[in-house]
Amino acid sequence: MSESKPGWKSIPIAGILLEPGSAMKYKTGSWRAFRPVIDEEKCIGCFLCWIYCPDGAVIREEKSVKINYDYCKGCGICANECPAKAITMVEEKR
Amino acid sequence: MSKVLGLTGDGAVAYAVKQCNVDVVAAYPITPQTLIVEEFSEYVHNGEVHTEFVCVESEHSAMSACIGASLTGARVFTATASQGLALMHEILYIASSLRCPIVMGVVNRTLSAPINIHCDHSDMMGSRDCGWIQVFVENAQEAYDWVIQAFRIAEDPDVLLPVAVNLDGFILSHSLEGVRVLDDEKAEKFVSMRKPVLTINPDKPVTVGAICFTDFYFETKRQHVEAMDNSPKTISKVNDEFAELTGRRYGFVDTYEMEDAEAAIVCLGSTAGTAMAVAKSMRAKGKKVGVIKPWVYRPFPTEQIIKATENLKALAVLDRACSVGAPYGPLCSDVIAALYREGIKLNLFNVIYGLGGRDIRPTDLEAIFNEALEVAKTEVVKEPVKFVGVRE
Repeated sequence: MSESKPGWKSIPIAGILLEPGSAMKYKTGSWRAFRPVIDEEKCIGCFLCWIYCPDGAVIREEKSVKINYDYCKGCGICANECPAKAITMVEEKR
Repeated sequence: MSKVLGLTGDGAVAYAVKQCNVDVVAAYPITPQTLIVEEFSEYVHNGEVHTEFVCVESEHSAMSACIGASLTGARVFTATASQGLALMHEILYIASSLRCPIVMGVVNRTLSAPINIHCDHSDMMGSRDCGWIQVFVENAQEAYDWVIQAFRIAEDPDVLLPVAVNLDGFILSHSLEGVRVLDDEKAEKFVSMRKPVLTINPDKPVTVGAICFTDFYFETKRQHVEAMDNSPKTISKVNDEFAELTGRRYGFVDTYEMEDAEAAIVCLGSTAGTAMAVAKSMRAKGKKVGVIKPWVYRPFPTEQIIKATENLKALAVLDRACSVGAPYGPLCSDVIAALYREGIKLNLFNVIYGLGGRDIRPTDLEAIFNEALEVAKTEVVKEPVKFVGVRE
């Protein structure tokens, strides 16, 4: 992997990223060991999971939420905070 | 015309900083560095400088604030000692890795325990791999001169590394000396303004300190090494310009009577002054001894050490710090590594001295010179590491 990337002579100094918003390019979903799965029947639409998600990986919709699995690291905070127990952490089997 | 002021070592540092157009000072007082912060805060209070002085709650915060300020393009100074430097330790690496050209006065004091406020070099040696340029000075004049040069070296776009100017606690920090200072205008012209290369600026957002895992960390560190390896060019250029301005000539190492010396002492800081005085009196008795004083410790002056020692028969390397469990003290390890690189086998021994501020007396140094002369004659090193000045 590292061979195909630019070397020390051509990258900006000090690990500085010259382009803002580049975190979007770094998909962290592969870090996940457990995936949050929403039970829309149980969801009461309180959006606490959306508030608590440290990665902004919970997407707010009209009545319920969706998870962006490209960035969700599977920390489980959403499931822990959900007052309706509508989120289950399911083991990733890849 | 330049004038001579009566200044302590700390006072000389504060005076130099006053003349260097410094935008931000974030510092926390710690003995024996306190005088720097005190005197500089008076300059701020009296309106003699435009500097933003940040009274932080710890050295960890001091260095963190310095980094933030430096990233905006500001010229930044701080000072610390001992436990303060140790508390900064993790942030020192961040300052150098983020390529922040901060200048710091380090007033060398030992590390606890037992608690002790006096001089040795354990503090800087404990952080010697932090990626900063490190300078050691012999007296207050050198402290003043190197602080002024440090801003130029640190901020050079080819370098962009922080610089620590080390001066011996109490021995230099609190001793009054005549210091030849530059006129304000001359100093200001010499240091000029910082011309930052990459800064944090809302009009052109960048990300600083982003995560860098297995795929880019190594490249970033390799750049850091390159910056340090390139710094000698800038250091020499600044030394030349400073010599032109003041008549005071600095370099990587200072040497005394080394042309035909058979035995010599290598040491850092104020001890070199005593060693030179002792060498002078021994020379009068026909003993061929000399002194090598590295001004610049990082980047290590490998070439200059090799050149200075080329005609020697024996060498004593003095360490005012000990690396417990290592084969030699830090300076001695570096000297040996430098010589080894060129395949030079010089008979030498290491002297650990002066820990916790224990005096090193002229008679101690004379005995060390005599032992080195004995090694020169016999070509036998009886004791590779000696402790001088400690009670059995």
